[in-house]
Amino acid sequence: MRKKIFRLWLLPWALATVMLSSCGVKDSTISEAITEQATTTPELKDINITVKDGVVTLSGVCKDEAAKAACENAVKNIKGVKSVINNCTIAPPPPAPAPVVIAQDDPLTKGVTDATKDYPTVKASVKDGVITLTGEIKRSDLKKLMTTLHTLKPKKIDNQLTIK
Amino acid sequence: MALQDKYKELVDAAKASNVTNLQVREQDNVLYIDGVAPTGSVKDSLWDIYNKIDPDYRAGDLVININVATAVPGAKAKVTTNTSNLNIRKGPGTDQPIVGKAAHNEIVTLVSKTNDQWWLVRTDKGAEGYASAQYLAVQD
Repeated sequence: MRKKIFRLWLLPWALATVMLSSCGVKDSTISEAITEQATTTPELKDINITVKDGVVTLSGVCKDEAAKAACENAVKNIKGVKSVINNCTIAPPPPAPAPVVIAQDDPLTKGVTDATKDYPTVKASVKDGVITLTGEIKRSDLKKLMTTLHTLKPKKIDNQLTIK
Repeated sequence: MALQDKYKELVDAAKASNVTNLQVREQDNVLYIDGVAPTGSVKDSLWDIYNKIDPDYRAGDLVININVATAVPGAKAKVTTNTSNLNIRKGPGTDQPIVGKAAHNEIVTLVSKTNDQWWLVRTDKGAEGYASAQYLAVQD
């Protein structure tokens, strides 16, 4: 009989202990702390964060694994956080840029002939996309000629001109 | 990456001056910068920066294919030949017959840009045909 009463006394205490530990810090308080943390953790900027019963769920796109880990580390030590579910995905790498298109020698040669026709002292040759310039040019004409040659999509321009 | 560092000032200036479709690519030790400049003066200033980094364009490690944005039809362009008249041709190419001439410093109307080298223009006297873009400066 005495033992039974003792058990009954124990019950509310046990319940209170369980409830206090689970509701130790309110979810809203945790959210506020995370918001504050996000101001100093750039990785968290575009991450969606929800808190339920002390469990923090992260979702969104991180730029790499390190950023994903940084998000988790930034929130897991906040007071009241019991666990972190990290559902962040890693952004796919940006597509490799398209290779540079180099003009074929035929249209390139024609373009070079047109561009240099007014500079009789300039000699130009085209081979495998490379324009080689020799001869002489006035410094005042150089920029104008080069501006035109660069838009012909050459592989490179080998400028051996003597500038007067 | 070394080339991108060398021409960083140029690329930064292109970004800052709203060059569109800007592409910076490195291939076989040559840096290729492509894009469309909003005005002729932007293109000009980029070329000045290029000349500052690589005086007289000697290094041969950059191809800068920057064109000026296609002007709205009806834009005016100035003939920038050294002294002579500018030939206006029936088609885009120096092998095409000459249909008219525009004087040095004359202002012509831009009808369309056929390609980077040849633009279709019309003079105030009514001659219409193709002129070499290198002798035309679009008026900002």
